[in-house]
Amino acid sequence: MSFPRLTRPPSPPVETPPAETPPHETSPAAASLAPPRPGLAELFITFATISLSGFGGVLAWSRRMMVEERRWLTPEQFNEAYALCAFLPGPNIVNFSVIFGSRFRGPLGAVIALTGLLGPPMVIIVMIGALYAHYGDLPALRRALIGVAAAAAGLMMATVAKMAGPLFRGRAVERPVVAVVTFGAIGIMHWPLPLVLIVVLPISIALAWVRR
Amino acid sequence: MKAGDDALLTLAGFFALMSLFAIGGANSAVPEMHRYAVDVKHWLTDAQFADTFALAQVTPGPNVIIVTLIGYHVAGLIGALVATLSMCGPTCLFAFFVGRTFDRFRGAAWQVALSGGLVPVTLGLTAASAAVVATAADYSWRAAAISLLTALFAYWIRISPLWIFAAAALLGLGGLV
Repeated sequence: MSFPRLTRPPSPPVETPPAETPPHETSPAAASLAPPRPGLAELFITFATISLSGFGGVLAWSRRMMVEERRWLTPEQFNEAYALCAFLPGPNIVNFSVIFGSRFRGPLGAVIALTGLLGPPMVIIVMIGALYAHYGDLPALRRALIGVAAAAAGLMMATVAKMAGPLFRGRAVERPVVAVVTFGAIGIMHWPLPLVLIVVLPISIALAWVRR
Repeated sequence: MKAGDDALLTLAGFFALMSLFAIGGANSAVPEMHRYAVDVKHWLTDAQFADTFALAQVTPGPNVIIVTLIGYHVAGLIGALVATLSMCGPTCLFAFFVGRTFDRFRGAAWQVALSGGLVPVTLGLTAASAAVVATAADYSWRAAAISLLTALFAYWIRISPLWIFAAAALLGLGGLV
């Protein structure tokens, strides 16, 4: 499994901790990933499918496709990739398509996955926008949307429950605790996000460092 | 086409800036988009913005797609393309290099700790946004029932959620939600 090398060295990550250990020279970085390596066409089709199914958010569909249908990622690998994408600036799933595409097929893979994700909905929304400008009957659309929004909320809950699986089944008790505390602070107490992250994130990373 | 070029530049600059606000999803940047597009630039009226948001929500695909529609509204097809590329280009490049670095140092101590630390926090945040989405959507007991049924179906049964969405849309269209 060869890996296309970058022509120039990658930029350093945002939060570079002191380099205690020398970097592992792992050229087959994807060796730990599930075997069948997606081709370019498959990448495009998969991300287009995720995108076109993604009513009310694409997270649920990405997980379903990556973990349950294609089995390109294990539940743990999906959680890790998604966590990284959530903390990068920009839309999560857009970041995810870039990182996933580049992991398997290099820069071209990133472009193809991104095009699959964004291309079809761009075409559709421009058509819908043009139709709406001419005919504009939104009340019917809004009524349908009320139903879809309720279903989308339910789908998101199920996805969160599935993502929680590996965390709660693992041996490390501190991980579910961190997840529950973060949820409580933001979802129930409605404390400001930056404040919560400044406190919770270093603790969580420190705990993971100790556990490593 | 001088004015058109100006509009395109403004679009590009604005959405490149907006991409930095979109931490945790494109919808976090929507309030700022509203302020700029409606109050500052008068590209859209308040009602048009609300409709644009609604259209982006019903269109399948990532929520960023609202940006495409705003761009289309301001400067046609080119505007749609420029707005989308500006919103996604810079952050995609960044994600590309960070992702590469992560994969390259896979297994290194800092990478394991950072990854391991981000996962539980992200799960908590995702659960919190699910709660926000649910409270916004479930304003009636019927809507809450649809959410609950969808969650149970999606968790335990391997049926495609598209069928549930189709049924939910029909119920909504019939005014039953």
